[in-house]
Amino acid sequence: MNVSVLLTGVGGQGILLAAKIIALAAKEAGWSVCSNETHGMAQRGGSVRAQIKFGDAAHSPLIMEGGADVLAALEHIEALRCAHYLKRGGLAVVSAQSLVPVTVSSGAAEYPGDVPERLARVFPRLVYRDYAADAAGLGDARLANTIMVGVLSAEIKQIPYETWRRAVELSVKKDFAERNLAAFDFGRGL
Amino acid sequence: MGAEIEEPASVTLLSGNEAIAHSAYASGVGTAFGYPGTPSTEILEELVKFSPLGVYCEWSPNEKVALEAAAGASVAGARSLVTMKLVGLNVAADPLMTLSYTGVCGGLVIVVADDPGQDSSQTEQDTRHYARLAKVPVLEPGNAEEAYDFTAEAFEISERYRCPVILRTTTCVSHSRGLVRERKSPRAANAVAFERNVEQFVPLPVWGRKLRVKVEERLDAQAADAARSALNRVIGAQDSRLGIISHGVTAYHCAEVIPEAAVLKTGWGFPFPDELFISFARGKDRLIVVEEGDPILEEHVKSLGLACEGKGLVPRCGEITPSVIYGVKRRIFPERELPELPAPPPEAQGLPSRPPMLCPGCPHRGMFYALTHFDVVVCGDIGCYSLGVFPPLNRTDTILCMGAGFTMAHGMQKAGEKRPVVGIVGDSTFFHSGITGLLDVVYNKGISTLIVADNRITAMTGHQEHPGTGITLMGEATKQASIEAVARACGIDRIRVCSPYDQKGFTEALREELAAEEPSLIISRAPCPLHVKRRLGPVRMILQDVCKGCGACLKCGCPAIELTGGKKPKINPVACMGCSLCSGICRFGAIVPVQEDVQRR
Ligand code: SF4
Ligand code: SF4
Repeated sequence: MNVSVLLTGVGGQGILLAAKIIALAAKEAGWSVCSNETHGMAQRGGSVRAQIKFGDAAHSPLIMEGGADVLAALEHIEALRCAHYLKRGGLAVVSAQSLVPVTVSSGAAEYPGDVPERLARVFPRLVYRDYAADAAGLGDARLANTIMVGVLSAEIKQIPYETWRRAVELSVKKDFAERNLAAFDFGRGL
Repeated sequence: MGAEIEEPASVTLLSGNEAIAHSAYASGVGTAFGYPGTPSTEILEELVKFSPLGVYCEWSPNEKVALEAAAGASVAGARSLVTMKLVGLNVAADPLMTLSYTGVCGGLVIVVADDPGQDSSQTEQDTRHYARLAKVPVLEPGNAEEAYDFTAEAFEISERYRCPVILRTTTCVSHSRGLVRERKSPRAANAVAFERNVEQFVPLPVWGRKLRVKVEERLDAQAADAARSALNRVIGAQDSRLGIISHGVTAYHCAEVIPEAAVLKTGWGFPFPDELFISFARGKDRLIVVEEGDPILEEHVKSLGLACEGKGLVPRCGEITPSVIYGVKRRIFPERELPELPAPPPEAQGLPSRPPMLCPGCPHRGMFYALTHFDVVVCGDIGCYSLGVFPPLNRTDTILCMGAGFTMAHGMQKAGEKRPVVGIVGDSTFFHSGITGLLDVVYNKGISTLIVADNRITAMTGHQEHPGTGITLMGEATKQASIEAVARACGIDRIRVCSPYDQKGFTEALREELAAEEPSLIISRAPCPLHVKRRLGPVRMILQDVCKGCGACLKCGCPAIELTGGKKPKINPVACMGCSLCSGICRFGAIVPVQEDVQRR
């Protein structure tokens, strides 16, 4: 049995770090694990995806449509874009954040005004909350990704709490460890 | 982030690229050369962490230089690694073809990262063709663990046959992480001492003809070796009567999506392991070749007289993902009436797309914005500045390959294009292959206006040093090549260095140089703010009572300027880099610096 986690967001939001933490946690918990990241244009404001598979034997790092046990998004229209990758009955963790693409700010396209309603229709199991605001509340807006990992950790029961914390610690620079651990615990406690 | 040098643990979680670097170190690599290119860049960025332990690493000016330097290191005895993306091998093809004849002493492994699906590349070329053309082995790892093991094996094969070996990864292999069993202690590096052997290292026809024959003999020996190699193995349902021949990560996708099949995973696919194909085909009711890229295995398997299917079932273009293979499975088993994969829900229809774009504060924006004032043709090039092609700037008309910004402009001007022609290359691209184009313009009396978009770094691939930055890959200070001095030496008299943030000055310079009846060079110089990690000035804001809602500032396409409702845009203070470009564009003086005390960071 494998567990598949799909993460999505916008370049610069820290999706790759979140993916690294989850993959490392799975490894430290003794699972076979593989993960994949989009790099290319990631830093230039494009959509970013990362996928992690772990379990008894994880071979192909890519998740098929309808194959993700959990979908987590740091930007809410990116969650809609990936909605069809979530398994029936899977959990969606979505940050209530709008990042407006240039196509919208230049007037060429429109940003939907009814994202919460759409999310509610598409995801029967939805956790929806503004993790960027939470992160700002913790003193650093960039911690939204770690908060989200904390939220996910409560759903991904195959990995014990202490292992998660170790993975967070190993994945960030020393000076940031304490802050990230606090953000992780905050997310897990939500 | 990431491990510094540490005693390698037994099992680590590495990306394919990191695994190649770790394995190269563990295999006793002495020297490593490359040019940045997605998805290959991280290999040398990881390997350079081992430079304190004696591995020499460099960013070469281009891939041809990298391979030639590695050839020199290798014939002197050192194990050498070369890294590049797929199109880099086009540049390095010349030395590769001959190196196949002259051969190596220390193992020489050329990592070429292909990009099926064209995530970040202009073509989808299949590097296996080059292996056939050059008559050298190609190994194809399918995950990080194999990237590690195959790299070690590639060095062994290279030394066994004294020929270069291509290690072909794909974006999915390079950028996927997996568990890797690392060697505890590295193999000792080879002794370096060049021994003269002109019959080997000088392919004058008299010796070249003999080398040519040896290459064919080598191919036969390697094919037999490959047929026995553990790099080729059967995964999935071993005894199935449904056989799939595949390669790289595609084989793993196949095993996962079609678990009822026996999958011959070719890790050493060329020279073709014929005996293996023949024995695998025995007892199969149906044989399907699932290839990502061109039907190279398929055509060869058919040439052996084995009945098989391939590109009739598998798409020719794009990444062959598990979803694509699921589509293949539905075609293999129509009688099973497998359901279609879930499609995006109606709620996901019509979402605004999120194309990549120039960052807030990017110096290229000012350069392109100034160009919007002129009726010119712009031949662009490969780099962040490729993004100048998109609206609202729309200021690039052609892109071909590294260096072609200058040369295409020259050809177009010579052909008699009525409008002035502008050629743009980046600073890293200038040193990669822009200089010869510049020479062409001057020597042949062209009058194009050439621009070097000089942001002082190789930005697109994640900020690598180059000959103009004054720092080496190993972090040492070095001589800084001067673009203007090079241009002057080539014979350009009209050279100007302009700040792209100074719109007045830049536009004026353009006006004069476009009118000049001789070649001119404008160096658009300002460091990439993402690299220097510095605000350029105070964050700007739009005074809503002064703003007339004319939309002029939106024309520069800065992502920090947002129009979310109404007619009057706002500036996102977290995103703004304070470059002041927009302030200069607003005719009403509505865009002003935010007071120091309300700045966010
Ligand atoms: S990385 Fe630098 S050069 Fe590239 S788009 Fe961003 S600011 Fe411009
Ligand atoms: S000053 Fe204007 S153009 Fe420059 S980054 Fe800020 S909003 Fe963008």
